[in-house]
Amino acid sequence: MGIPLEEVQHVARLARLQLDAGELLAFQSELNALLGHFSDLNEVDVAGFLPKPHAVSLVNVFSSDVPRAGLTRTEALDNAPVSKAGLFVVPTIIED
Amino acid sequence: MPELTDFSLADLSAKLKSRELSTAEVASAFLDEARSTNGKLGSFLTFADVAEDVARAQQLLDSGRAGPLTGIPVGVKDNLSTKGLRTTCASKIIENYIPPYDATVVTRMKEAGMVTLGKTNMDEFAMGTSNENSAFGDVRNPWDLERAPGGSSGGSAAAVAGGQVPLALGSDTGGSIRQPASLCGVVGFKPTYGRVSRYGLVAFASSLDQVGPIGRTVEETAWLAEVISGPDENDATCLKDGKISLEGLKTGSLKGKRFGIPKELFTDSAQPGVLAAVRAAMDTLAKEGAEFVELSIPEIQQGVTTYYIIAPAEASSNLGRFDGVRYGIRLDGDGHEDMVAQTRGKLFGHEVKQRIMVGTYVLSAGYFDAFYVRAQQVRAKMAAGFEAAFEGVDAILSPTSPCVAFKLGELSGDPLALKLLDYCTIPANMGGFPGISIPCGLSEGLPVGMQLMGPVNADEKILNLAYLAEQAMGAQAKPPKLA
Repeated sequence: MGIPLEEVQHVARLARLQLDAGELLAFQSELNALLGHFSDLNEVDVAGFLPKPHAVSLVNVFSSDVPRAGLTRTEALDNAPVSKAGLFVVPTIIED
Repeated sequence: MPELTDFSLADLSAKLKSRELSTAEVASAFLDEARSTNGKLGSFLTFADVAEDVARAQQLLDSGRAGPLTGIPVGVKDNLSTKGLRTTCASKIIENYIPPYDATVVTRMKEAGMVTLGKTNMDEFAMGTSNENSAFGDVRNPWDLERAPGGSSGGSAAAVAGGQVPLALGSDTGGSIRQPASLCGVVGFKPTYGRVSRYGLVAFASSLDQVGPIGRTVEETAWLAEVISGPDENDATCLKDGKISLEGLKTGSLKGKRFGIPKELFTDSAQPGVLAAVRAAMDTLAKEGAEFVELSIPEIQQGVTTYYIIAPAEASSNLGRFDGVRYGIRLDGDGHEDMVAQTRGKLFGHEVKQRIMVGTYVLSAGYFDAFYVRAQQVRAKMAAGFEAAFEGVDAILSPTSPCVAFKLGELSGDPLALKLLDYCTIPANMGGFPGISIPCGLSEGLPVGMQLMGPVNADEKILNLAYLAEQAMGAQAKPPKLA
């Protein structure tokens, strides 16, 4: 029983986490330990209870329709590991 | 003659207003103390250049526009944006990040003339209950330097307990203000969700996160709560009438006040010394006329499980933004996706990666309904249980933490033991309720915290009851001097 290693690898890929073999095994064991406890939830009869996604629900929150300054381009780029010509630079995604 | 850093804030404020002290003198005294003790405590990650804040505070004083916290130093948890001041979330992935803007709470503290001394250590991205998950070293508990301060706002709690600052800001997603406050013997307050803006708080679990103050007394803590609270156009979840009022803080008495005692928060899983200290505190409150009502909210037992589904799910989404593109450190990879995966895989710490993995798993196809949706239904039922209980009582009283401060490393081998430490505090985040931890005596020579929780928007009442309880219990022991 438990989560197979391939599934741990799949989740790591979905989460964009490069993990080494040792880490994958560690997370397999930790995930299994945690998921073992998640069955607690089946002990609760939740009939009639809608999922509660927010602590305090609000509806129709509007901000005033007034223009205001945001970050300048320089400010937005100041923390970028690589930038050029006023843009964020990333490795090539689409080849020529 | 007490040292300046031991003065009450009322005294400090009076001396600032009478010109007996300048804002520069007050800031220097605390900054010197914090710098000299930081090697022992590890509570600050970065110290600020205070000149600008000091000058602004002095201007407010000189022009007669000072408030009670003008010129008062404060520590700021390192997951709150501070313009021009490094903000790392205690993570290597953004160890060089300089925010281009202030969090709303930081803006409000500036407007009130407060002086930010620096950024406090924490569990990486606020994930942890011992502060041992910081990428930049442990924080030590001023009561015993071999022990953990709790977490995730461990640096803020230790800084206040250790006399480095009179006030600090923390954030609380499952107990991260209240639990370290309890372990360090100080006051920690988590306001109702939405009464304090989250703008500029680096998001962990957005439906649970709340910013709040840590202080030496209920009154001083409440002053900071008032300063940082209130509506904010930059946070759509902020409540319109959210400003916390201190008008009734010191009024009334405990006579006839009813405290709910959920049996699920007084179980054998808590240390006997903790339960004994809380029960002794209850006896003290009873002498003042307080009444206690035993009750049961069974879903409390599923709180930790519910939390460890909902919080990681939200975190796995929120932490997607750390991809080596717009800020932080980038590691090279083979193409874009590999660059992102290398950066995240190597620069996030183990606990953060574990939570991202859990969150990604419970949100993935096939498990969403079984885990995530069901956890939200349990959350709804737990919140409803508390709301029903609040109908018959003024507040719910419990221990804050099931244990006193533990030794560093003592629990780190067990992935579940540390997660269970939020057992008593998680319900307030699930329902958005206000919660406060106040010191209520010692066990094994270490501080025990008592928690009060109330319904949504009962912040003023909870602060009032905490103040009355603190007065009834009298002066609390203090940690040994560090110097």
